[in-house]
This record gives sequence, C-alpha cells and structure tokens, in this order.
Amino acid sequence: MYADHSFREILLGITGKDFTLMAASKAAMRGATILKASDDKTRQLNKHTLMLYSGEAGDTVQFAEYIQANAQLYSMRNDSDLSPSALAHFVRGELAISLRSRKPYNVNLLLGGVDPITHKPSLYWLDYLASLASLPYAAHGYAQYYCLSILDKHHHPDITLGQGIKLLTMCIDELKRRLPVDFKGMTVKAVTKDGIVDIEFDDDKVVKSA
Amino acid sequence: MSRRYDSRTTIFSPEGRLYQVEYALEAISHAGTAIGILAKDGIVLAAERKVTSKLLEQDTSAEKLYILNDNMICAVAGMTADANILINYARQAAQRYLLTYNEDIPCEQLVRRLCDLKQGYTQHGGLRPFGVSFIYAGWDPQRQFQLYLSNPSGNYGGWKATSAGANNASAQSLLKQDYKEDCTLKEACGMAVKVLSKTMDSTKLSSEKIEFATVGQTKDGKIYHRLWSADEITALLKEHDLAKDENAEDK
Repeated sequence: MYADHSFREILLGITGKDFTLMAASKAAMRGATILKASDDKTRQLNKHTLMLYSGEAGDTVQFAEYIQANAQLYSMRNDSDLSPSALAHFVRGELAISLRSRKPYNVNLLLGGVDPITHKPSLYWLDYLASLASLPYAAHGYAQYYCLSILDKHHHPDITLGQGIKLLTMCIDELKRRLPVDFKGMTVKAVTKDGIVDIEFDDDKVVKSA
Repeated sequence: MSRRYDSRTTIFSPEGRLYQVEYALEAISHAGTAIGILAKDGIVLAAERKVTSKLLEQDTSAEKLYILNDNMICAVAGMTADANILINYARQAAQRYLLTYNEDIPCEQLVRRLCDLKQGYTQHGGLRPFGVSFIYAGWDPQRQFQLYLSNPSGNYGGWKATSAGANNASAQSLLKQDYKEDCTLKEACGMAVKVLSKTMDSTKLSSEKIEFATVGQTKDGKIYHRLWSADEITALLKEHDLAKDENAEDK
C-alpha cells in the first residue's frame, strides 16, 4: 500500500447554485506504468447521487459497486431514493466497519448529489479512515495541494454550471501546469435536479508550464 | 371439527380463513376506542382509556399513546402488553435507521417494519398473533403528514381519518360524516372529542377517561409531537361543552 499510489489519482467536486460538478482523472496506474487512459472512476448510486472513488486497485470498484447495489436495493424496496446526505452517512458507516476489520478497504471517495426533495446540491468528502465532511468544494490526492487554493479564491455558492465548468477548467489547467503526473484527462459529470449529465471536456488542451 | 383449525395460527380453515387472526381482531374490538384525524397542518390522535377501578392510580403514564421517534407517535387498541413489545421493536428500528442514515425513518417504512413482524405471526407456527391495532401519526419530508392504521394480520393502510377498538364502526361512520378536507388541527381536535363522546359509554368525558396527542409544525417549520396533559384535555372538553360536571363528581 503506497501512499502516492492513490495520491496521483485526481478527484474533484464543486457545488453551485443548483448543481454539483464532479470530475475524476482517466488514468489507471500501477507503479510507474499507465495501464489505461480511459478509466471510469465514477458510479451512479441513484438518480441524484454520483460517487467518485480512488485508492487501491480492486478495493475501489468492489466497494463502489457494493454501495451502488445497496443504494439501488433501497430504491427498489422503498419506491424512493436515499438522499445524498443519507447515502454519505451510510457509506461512512460501511467504511468505519471495514476499517476495524482484518483487511479494510483502502478507498477514498467524493459523493455529490442534489437532494430529490429540496433540490439543494451537496458534496461529501470521505476517506478510508471513515472521515466525513460536507463541503462546498473538495478534492482528493495531490490535486488538493493545487486546487483547494484556487477554489478558495474563486468559488462562490451561487455560481452557475457554466461558471462551475470554468472554475474546474482553471483547476485542471493548474494540474497540467504543475502536477508531474500525466493523468490522461478528466471524466466530468454534473448532478442536477433532472439527473446526472456527462459534460464534454477538452482533454487535448495543452497548458504550458510556467 | 372446526376446532382443528382454531388452535393453529398458521393453518387455513376449509373456508380459507385464519381463525386466530380473526380472534385477535375480535379481541381488539373490545378494547378502548382510538381515533386519528389528519388535518392540513397536523394530526390528532385520541384514545379512550378504560378506567377499571377507582383505586387504580390515574395519570401515572400514557396507556394508549406512545412516542415512536422524533417524528412519529401511535395510538394502541388492543392488548397493552403485546403493544409494548411492538413499540419497543419500532423504537429500535427507528433508532437503527437514524444511526445508519443520519435521517429519521420515513413513516411508511416504519409502519411496514412493524407489519412485517405482525405478519410473521400469522404464518410461522406455534405462537399467537399480536392482539393490537395501531394508529400511527407522523411526518416525513417526502409525504408530509401521514396517518396509518395497521391490524394483527399485518395489513396496513393510509387514512385521512380512522379508528380502531370498541365501536369503531360507528366511530368510522361519524368520521366519514364530519370529515372536512383541509380542516385545521384545531378543528380536527374538536372533531376528535365529539366523535369520542358519541362512541364512549358515558356522554360526559373527563381527562381521566381519554388521552390526546398531536403532531404539528411550529411557525419556524419544526415538527413537534406532544402528549397532552390532563389540564389541556379538560380545557378542550370545556371548550366543546363535553366536560363532566364538577358538582356531579362529588356525589
């Protein structure tokens, strides 16, 4: 379990007026090698909730799909979806149980969504130690060091989706400029009250180093 | 011959009936009446408390109305001892949901959990069914104020106004007559005492004979539930001119 392993994976989340924007890097890495340039580190839990994951290969998909299955089972049984908040607390509980087992899941997560009743956007940051924080914007891995300062300066709770995408582009440009990792571009998705939509994102944009 | 089908809860009679379940329903129809009325801004539950002896200590605790969790209460008609088991189960289920999801359990889900347990006793062998009907009053963000009724068979349904226990047929028809869509909680409280006064044996009521509880919303949007004190019940009865005469009590 190398710390930098998952630190090189990028997860970003930004909330706005009526949406939560989520982005994850496309590179699947093992040691010094890039195995794949089109890895999908996202799982849709229900109509209004999306989860991004990074961490130890194998653990990540296993855990994410376990949570996804539980969320879908709940929706089927109760004819209603769990809210992003309820899901975040459920996931935290599962991570806390796992942490105290013989072999804990090594998974870090961002969980973003829009409340199906109030339509309020929300974003939750979780790590493998079962920390949970509700935040206006969040990141995992080395990306935190570059993006949080940019987001701190430019983020506003009332931004539109267009402004959110601009803000995200600023963050990713900075990562391309300074982070010594070829993360192969980003998968970008937005959660709105109407569901989850894919956002076209130009991965081929070249950013010159300073 | 029909005795053969009486003794087992899990055996159908040749006519396709489950006698033990029907007997449980019969037991409930002798218990004190309980009614529930859904208003636009809240719910009222009212129940008749059977005073068995003058020597019995009154007002020690609620016998027929119970709090299940922060957004739900229920009224009991039937065997109190059986009800205690189910209420304990419901409270645990509600707290477990709160622990898992950090949210209150949706009303219908809690009702269904209880009904699944009740249903089990009509199918799995050896034990008698629970001799209780519940009227549940609650609130959740998805469906706002809700009123449910469940019985020993494990069936449940959502209602605008409903009743259980003794004289529940006449209570039901009174409610059907008097119920107004979009009535306020205050009007519903008035209707509840009127219906109770007609279904109970004595025409004049007192706070010793009935229990009252409401679920409502404060001005700042918070949901509350409250079991009424004896003084509040007396005040309500006086307002509707149903209170027992003070002088008559001395006789």
